[in-house]
Amino acid sequence: MTVLERAAAVAAEVRDPEMPMLTLADLGVLRDVRVEGDVVVASITPTYSGCPAMATMRDDLVHRLTDAGFPRVEVRVVLDPAWSSDWITEHGRAALRDAGLSPPGPAPSAGGPVPLLLGPTRRAVTCPRCGSAHTERVSEFGATACKALYRCTDCLEPFDHVKEI
Amino acid sequence: MNDESVYDGLLGGDSSQWAFGTDFEDPLAGVDTTVPAGIDAADLAVYCLMLGDDTLVLSQRLAEWCSRAPELEEDIALANFALDLLGQARLLLARAAAADPSIVPSLPEGSPVPAEDALAFFREAGQFRNVRMAEVPNGDFAHVVVRLLLFSIARLAVLQRLRDSADAVLAAVAAKGVKELAYHRDWAGRWFVTLAQGTDESRRRLLGALEQLWPLHDEMFTAHPIERSLAAAVDPGEVRAEADIILDQVLAVADVERPALISTRGRTGRDGLHTESLSLMLAEMQVVARAHPMGLW
Repeated sequence: MTVLERAAAVAAEVRDPEMPMLTLADLGVLRDVRVEGDVVVASITPTYSGCPAMATMRDDLVHRLTDAGFPRVEVRVVLDPAWSSDWITEHGRAALRDAGLSPPGPAPSAGGPVPLLLGPTRRAVTCPRCGSAHTERVSEFGATACKALYRCTDCLEPFDHVKEI
Repeated sequence: MNDESVYDGLLGGDSSQWAFGTDFEDPLAGVDTTVPAGIDAADLAVYCLMLGDDTLVLSQRLAEWCSRAPELEEDIALANFALDLLGQARLLLARAAAADPSIVPSLPEGSPVPAEDALAFFREAGQFRNVRMAEVPNGDFAHVVVRLLLFSIARLAVLQRLRDSADAVLAAVAAKGVKELAYHRDWAGRWFVTLAQGTDESRRRLLGALEQLWPLHDEMFTAHPIERSLAAAVDPGEVRAEADIILDQVLAVADVERPALISTRGRTGRDGLHTESLSLMLAEMQVVARAHPMGLW
């Protein structure tokens, strides 16, 4: 394993502080890992502009890489292109379902004018517990900026849905 | 630390799990903040302050709603909007400081306060460049619905064009903001219709809030000279027509008549002219930071 491969493997295993079933790589937040001289440079992008987990993610990356024997670590922020929920990997989607969260559907296309939506948000959301397609939205805004709150009308369990963005 | 639960190990662990008090507070860490050729750095900084102050001040007003909304879900929605806008403000104020460091208030030597915080907490009301729509005090729930609707329609129209800004940092902040503002605008639009079509009382309150906030609507589309001349900026006057189309759609569904235009005259929030309420809000928002300019948060 090269130094770069080892550093990339360590960085890829760092977990999201708010959805710890996902690694930063699963979430699509970890954009790049490279080695510049004796410095490991990891690039991450925020999910939402105000995502309070960003500082924790940066801190976790530095600690994990330092613990793994890379004394010099730099974390850079990448703003462009903006994060999309489409970047959550298949592995990450499975991990969300396993943890009782509903993964996002396809994100609306970036660019172009944004249509006004006055009706309720229509999503084909499946209950992550019983698999039923009979679900209803409780609130478009859940425990964190990235989640909406749903309820299954068959098994009656409430669950979080990771929003499309 | 157990990866399965972020809460495990909070007690008795070492301090390495805490992000705060570390050196990772710069939201633009590692971002290339070189000002593109042909763009006036000082004007770019002021333009970023204008947009950033809008979101900072409105974010603070929305945060005041925390625990006071009529339903828990709406309380959380408002807090989420506040967080989105605060995030945008951080990026914009940091971008302003990077473009022109001379705009950052000077603090005692050795102060650890980052530039974005110095701009947020150590400027007087007259140095804020936000539109007055963002600053007026909160009213009832209809008031926050109308304010968010009017603001997010205007801001979304600006950000959609700003995605093509000559300044790559502004373009990236705008691209992210568009996705967030789309949620805010839809939420406000739905509630606007719901209140307008609800009971006599909800409609009365909605129309009252619209009447109260309408005199501040025109200012959001009245360009400051920098908004007109800066190549990296979007002239808000140029997006008025498309913003009007969206507002008219909401008004039509809600069966509410558009109020007559009330034109903005003279100096505006963009020039640093504000209502008294901004000073009062800032006094509360800034007091702790100002008392401890050497503080590490």
